[in-house]
Amino acid sequence: MNLTLRVWRQAGPKAPGKLVVYEAEDISPDMSFLEMLDVVNESLTVRGKIPIAFDHDCREGICGMCGLMINGVAHGPMKGTATCQLHMRSFKDGDTIYIEPWRARAFPVIRDLTVDRTALDRIIQAGGFITAPTGGAQDANTILVSKHSADSAMDAAACIGCGACVAACPNASASLFTASKITHLGLLPQGQPERYRRALAMVGQMDLESFGACTWFGECQEACPKEISIDTIMRMNRDYLNATTRQA
Amino acid sequence: MNRARTFWRSTIGKKIVMAVTGLIMVGFLIGHVSGNLLVFRGPDALNHYSAFLKGLGGFLWFARAILLASVTLHIVAAVQLAELARASRPVGYQWRDPQVSTLAARTIRWSGALILLFVALHLLHFTTGTIQPVRFSTYDVYANIVGGFRIWWVSAFYIVSMIALGLHIYHGAWSSFRTVGMSRPRPNPLHRSVATVVAVFVWLGFTMIPVAVLLGVVH
Repeated sequence: MNLTLRVWRQAGPKAPGKLVVYEAEDISPDMSFLEMLDVVNESLTVRGKIPIAFDHDCREGICGMCGLMINGVAHGPMKGTATCQLHMRSFKDGDTIYIEPWRARAFPVIRDLTVDRTALDRIIQAGGFITAPTGGAQDANTILVSKHSADSAMDAAACIGCGACVAACPNASASLFTASKITHLGLLPQGQPERYRRALAMVGQMDLESFGACTWFGECQEACPKEISIDTIMRMNRDYLNATTRQA
Repeated sequence: MNRARTFWRSTIGKKIVMAVTGLIMVGFLIGHVSGNLLVFRGPDALNHYSAFLKGLGGFLWFARAILLASVTLHIVAAVQLAELARASRPVGYQWRDPQVSTLAARTIRWSGALILLFVALHLLHFTTGTIQPVRFSTYDVYANIVGGFRIWWVSAFYIVSMIALGLHIYHGAWSSFRTVGMSRPRPNPLHRSVATVVAVFVWLGFTMIPVAVLLGVVH
C-alpha cells in the first residue's frame, strides 16, 4: 500500500508546530500502525532527516504508552484497540491519514506526537491506591467478593492510562480515567477504607490539572481501547457527592 | 460552609448543581406544558386554571423564587464550565471526527442561550404583558394565546425555540440523571428512553399550541 501521511511535527514544547506531508510507500496491510511509522522513520533516518517522535512500548495493547489521533479519532478507526493494535488493513491504498498528538492543556506536547501525560500519574498518586496490610499473606478466599463486583471492578481496572478519553473528549476531561480507578477500588472490599477520601483527593487533583468537566458526549467510552463504560463516571460522581455530605 | 465552597469549586460539584437545577426546571416544564394543554378544552378551562395559579399567592412566589434560583445557578455553572472546557484545549485538532456525540449534545450551549433569550421574551410577552403584539389581558389568558400566536412571526419564534428546548432536554435530562448517579449501569449507557419521552412530550405539547392557533383549530 502507498499512503500519504500528514503528521504533526513540533521540535519542542515551546516550538511552533505544523502538519508535514510524508509519503509512506510499500506498506504491508499486515503491519501495525506503529510499524508503518517505523518504516517511515527508517527512510527519514537514511535520508539524514529527523525521525518522527511517537510514544510506544509494549506494542501489544496493554501498556498505555502509545496513542495517536488518527484521522480525528483517538487510536484510529478500530474500536477497542490501542494504536499499536491497529493494523494497516483498516486503511485503503492511496488514503491520506492525519496523525496528531493528544490535545489538552494538561497534556503539553514534548515533541512531535509525544505528549506529557504525568498529570494522570498525579491523579493516581492523589488517591488511586489502597492501604495494603503487611505481614503474612492472607488465605486467598478470606475476603469474599461477589462475582458481579469482581467483574465490574475488573472492567474498570482494565484502564491502561493512555489518555485517549481526554484526547477524544470535546472538553478535554479526564473523567473516564479518574472514574475508572475510583470504580475499580470502590467496588472491592480492599478499597473501602479510603473510598471517600479517595474520591475527594482524586477529583481535587483532576481539577487542579486543568482538565475540563464531563458533559456526557460519550466520546471517551467510544475511544477507550479497553471499552470502559461511562457508567464509571456515575459512580465517581456518587462517591464524590457522598464524600462531601458525610460527616468527616 | 467550607465544604459547600469546595463542592461548588469542583467540576463535579458544579455539574451536580447543574443537574439538580436542570431537573427542577424539567419538572416545572412538565407541569407547565400539561397545564397549557387545557387550551384545547376551551377558554373557560384555561382561564380557570390560570386564575387558580394566580390565587396560589405565596406558594406561587415560592415556586418562582426556586425557579429563578435554579436558572441562575444553572447558567452560572454552565458558563464557568464552558469557559473551563475552552481553556482545557488551547490547541485544537486539525481534524476531529466525533463518533457518538449527538446533535443535541453538541449544540447544548447554543440551545441554552436561545432558551434564555426565549424565556426573557416569553415572560415579557405572556406574564407581564410588557410586549403587546396584540392587546394583553391579565385575566383572559386564552385570548392572549390566540391573539399572540395568530401573528406568524410570534408563532415562528416559539416553534423554533421549542426545538432548542426539546434538544436541550433530550441531552440535558438524560445526562442530569447520570451526573447525580441515579441511572442504572447498563450495557449501552448512551441509550435514553425516559429523557426521550420527556423531551418529545414537552416539545410536542408546547409546539402544538401555536400550530393549532395558526391552523385555526384553536380560535
